[in-house]
Amino acid sequence: MITLHNVSKQFESFEAIKNVSLSIKSGEIYGIIGASGAGKSTLIRMMNYIEKPDEGSVVIDGEALDQVKHKRIRHIRQSLAMVFQGYNLVGNKTVYDNVAVPLELSKVPRRDRAERVLESLRFVGLETLKNQYPGQLSGGQKQRVAIARALVNNPSVLLCDEPTSSLDPNTTAEVLEVLKRINERLGVTIVIVSHEMEVIKSLCQRVTVMADGKVYDTVENNPTGVHHMEHSAEGFVKRLRSGGDANDS
Amino acid sequence: MIPDVLVEYQSEIWVSIGETFVLVGFAILAALLVGLPIGTFLFLCRKGQLLENQFVFSSLNLIVNLIRSFPFLLLVIFIIPFTRFVMGTAIGTVAATLPMMIIAMAHYSRLVEQSLLDVPKGVMEAAVSMGASIKDIIFKFLYVEARSALVLSMTTSTISFISYSTIMGVVGGGGIGDFAIRYGYQQFRTDLMIYVIIIILVFVQFIQYAGITLARKIDKR
Ligand SMILES: Nc1ncnc2c1ncn2[C@@H]1O[C@H](COP(=O)(O)OP(=O)(O)OP(=O)(O)O)[C@@H](O)[C@H]1O
Ligand SMILES: [Mg+2]
Repeated sequence: MITLHNVSKQFESFEAIKNVSLSIKSGEIYGIIGASGAGKSTLIRMMNYIEKPDEGSVVIDGEALDQVKHKRIRHIRQSLAMVFQGYNLVGNKTVYDNVAVPLELSKVPRRDRAERVLESLRFVGLETLKNQYPGQLSGGQKQRVAIARALVNNPSVLLCDEPTSSLDPNTTAEVLEVLKRINERLGVTIVIVSHEMEVIKSLCQRVTVMADGKVYDTVENNPTGVHHMEHSAEGFVKRLRSGGDANDS
Repeated sequence: MIPDVLVEYQSEIWVSIGETFVLVGFAILAALLVGLPIGTFLFLCRKGQLLENQFVFSSLNLIVNLIRSFPFLLLVIFIIPFTRFVMGTAIGTVAATLPMMIIAMAHYSRLVEQSLLDVPKGVMEAAVSMGASIKDIIFKFLYVEARSALVLSMTTSTISFISYSTIMGVVGGGGIGDFAIRYGYQQFRTDLMIYVIIIILVFVQFIQYAGITLARKIDKR
């Protein structure tokens, strides 16, 4: 379980995250949606402490990250795998070697790696491309390699920051299908940041709407919730743009 | 086929080439063993990087800049007392490796820092998100991703080291450049000088070619 308690974050004098609290349950698919600059990336990056909040606390399975040593945080990060919009694969490593990296980092003996790497690649349907380099793959394939890399160490959570935003609709569907399967078959909790309503609607059970560094609302992904998200959230964003403070409402 | 002058002076030429190898070899060694870590550290201490540290960065940066902007001939002479202190003597090929190593560290470290800047920020971020330690980030991500730039930088540095080595005659360091000056220039054997220059040019071309070929071969991006 991931809990954020009143977290805030400032970049120079700019408040990117303002007093946000939320709680993500084990096993769910949780969406964070909002316009560009809303603070979605900053928020999801706090969950594995790549970004440290100035105030508030991040609690992972009962452990407050500001109370533990850096070494422990590195360890925790291995169970909170991250997937990025830009894939972030190592271009000079083959698909196989990219996926093997997390195993190397957690000191899994070499002889035990092969099976896990191949299993992970099989899960995303890319076993046959194991000797290719990322530069030889399509965007969707690269993202599936990145997902295989994220999966290989049996993480309990997958943090996905705009995983499909660089992909065309067909490839997007492919990647979303993989994510769904990971959640259903492996029981991995998924947090997904997106600015695309369709992505969120097709995948998530609960959604947090963000604007201007704040949480506007958290809704269930059902017709009522979606209606709320689509209509009131829009008004919320508009009101912010015209200078009013959304917290007044 | 081989010009008579070269045959005539062949033993001196071979000794000179050997001295150049020693001077440049130690420079390369210092570049790899000290310049590479310093360059990596410089990069990591930059603003926005993992070990961000304004003070350490500025200090190191200043030292590297100072050494690099010092006219090399004057540097060699200026540090003679230091050379004598460290090496026991300031004269000869062995002593001359010290200034060569000093310039080599500064030269390569700057190129290393620049090479690492080209590693995509996202790759670093992925490394951190995987819980990688600094050591893992350096060896399993940074150097892997920057490897062809590092090879090209080493090529550039080596060629500069050859150039730097040609003046080491001022402290009795010898080398092929010193040979060209002493025999070719001072004894008015222009033909000899030209042949030596050709030898150096061929050698530099070879290094350049080898560096580029290797860099290309290991670049899979
Ligand atoms: N390292 C940083 N330094 C300065 N400002 C930053 C930094 N990171 C983020 N910001 C600012 O914080 C705000 C929120 O950024 P964030 O990346 O979290 O937004 P986002 O919702 O993910 O947007 P996008 O959809 O464009 O990815 C933006 O205005 C951004 O410019
Ligand atoms: Mg973002």
